[in-house]
Amino acid sequence: MPLSKDVVRHVAMLARLGLEPGDEEFYAEQLSGILTHIDRLQKLDTESIPPTAQVVEVANPLREDVPRPGLSQEDALANAPAAADGFFRVPSIQEEA
Amino acid sequence: MSDGSDLTGLTIQEAGRLLRLGSVSAAELVTAHVARIERLDSHVKAFLRFTPELWEKQAEVADRRIRAGEAGPLTGIPIAVKDVLCVRGVETTAGSKILRGFKPPYTGTAVSRLFEAGAVMIGVTNCDEFAMGSSTENSGYFPTHNPWDLARVPGGSSGGSAAAVAAGEAMVALGTDTGGSIRQPAALCGVVGMKPTYGRVSRYGLIAFASSLDQIGPLARCVDDAAITLSLMAGHDPLDATSSERAGIEVLNNYDRGVKGMRLGVPREYFEVEGIEPGVKAAVDAALFILRREGAELVDVSLPHTDYGLAAYYIIAPAECSSNLARYDGVRYGMSEEDAPNVTEMYMETRRKGFGSEVRRRVMLGTYALSSGYYDAYYLKAQKVRTLIKRDFDLAFEKCDAIISATSPTVAFPIGSKTQDPLSMYLCDVLTLGGNLAGLPGISVPCGTSDGLPVGLQVLGPQWGENVVLRVARAYEQASGVKAEVAGVA
Repeated sequence: MPLSKDVVRHVAMLARLGLEPGDEEFYAEQLSGILTHIDRLQKLDTESIPPTAQVVEVANPLREDVPRPGLSQEDALANAPAAADGFFRVPSIQEEA
Repeated sequence: MSDGSDLTGLTIQEAGRLLRLGSVSAAELVTAHVARIERLDSHVKAFLRFTPELWEKQAEVADRRIRAGEAGPLTGIPIAVKDVLCVRGVETTAGSKILRGFKPPYTGTAVSRLFEAGAVMIGVTNCDEFAMGSSTENSGYFPTHNPWDLARVPGGSSGGSAAAVAAGEAMVALGTDTGGSIRQPAALCGVVGMKPTYGRVSRYGLIAFASSLDQIGPLARCVDDAAITLSLMAGHDPLDATSSERAGIEVLNNYDRGVKGMRLGVPREYFEVEGIEPGVKAAVDAALFILRREGAELVDVSLPHTDYGLAAYYIIAPAECSSNLARYDGVRYGMSEEDAPNVTEMYMETRRKGFGSEVRRRVMLGTYALSSGYYDAYYLKAQKVRTLIKRDFDLAFEKCDAIISATSPTVAFPIGSKTQDPLSMYLCDVLTLGGNLAGLPGISVPCGTSDGLPVGLQVLGPQWGENVVLRVARAYEQASGVKAEVAGVA
């Protein structure tokens, strides 16, 4: 089932991924090709099979609840593209009324 | 004293002996490697960056430790680190433009354990962007070339690490393996590459691609070197909740005993995968002959869901990637389109400009698979198939101690030959990704050549069976006399 350009636009928005001119056609075609291969999974009867999310033997290990040093504010902001007054700075989140 | 040229083809044990005898210093050893890099790396392009500030200090400390008689097996050994492992203060970018300039505020556990063991870091190796790829052509910077034939790829995603070891530019290198990204480039570059059991090595400080599949492991010149390096970075780490309590040193249990009496499983499906080259098959058949001669019993086993592995993997890995890569939004690190009119535009523009085409493709695929209405059909279905694949291995290991196959269906392919067709690139991992889905340890060890290019033999073991995998690989290496040669750079 080939993906429509509408679906590509919707998925790109969900992923917060800007598209370039021609990307809608490109991804519609490429993703459809990959999904055609993936569709073979539907041939398997998995009705009674539990899912595997991870393969480790440990489950929810807890550590002692004691404070320990974390990153300093300075270290945490050292890589920030923009910072102000000890905060990360971003463009406006809400439009002005 | 040495002129340096013969210092770059040594194994860790050979170099360690020279260091302890005092016939070479750690400083001389690293200088010899740097000289070789200066001569060759403009052709191979294995490295993204060099770390002279680290190697000078670390070599000095190593030499002090050696003089004091406090050296361990890795003290003074020059290593290279894949660009997905955080090293404090060293630019670490996951091969991506989006992380350009990022200097981690801490060092990951695997790397810091090797530093504590006295390793000397030469530099950061190239890789496919966020470790997504099988050729290192998806690097956001430049492709790496295979030292055996510069017109060919080194494999990927740890292609820079494999090429650096193959070219004699580093004695051992760290890689990461999510679907074959250590083993496949090791095979294509004629070196040893080991992916541990999921949970064996802490992932703390590893830039995540697919968290339920990623593992860190060594690329080395021989099985012993891989074993030594792995034993030093393995073991529990409170900073990674998935890291096992098992002692790291157990990976070495009896690994030098040979294969006499072992049962080695030969999965017929792995010898019939799409696109497997006759020369690769012939090299693996010859290796099976040698293993049998050494006293191993070959057993037919079946992995009936092999044909579904790639499909399950290409839902699970992109789904996890789409979630892990959500953090690259231009706020906390890396590239940022901070002049955008609002924050959503900033996210979208940053990610459009910062991510390369394969990363974008996988983020799109993973987001689609997780999106409302498709979750059950794709993600849940793939997780159920993951169970079937794991059961295949469980059943096979009831009949055998380890499973043998080729690592990659093909030898190194020409640069550019698979970049237009993503599925053809994905098929490179068809023999390795099952090990990731099931969380198994696996190694690739050189087993001769086909058309003059290296072929890799893969040994997969049961969970926590690193020692079994190393034992089979070492027995083959010793019996065959096939050594990871330092490639001539052609």
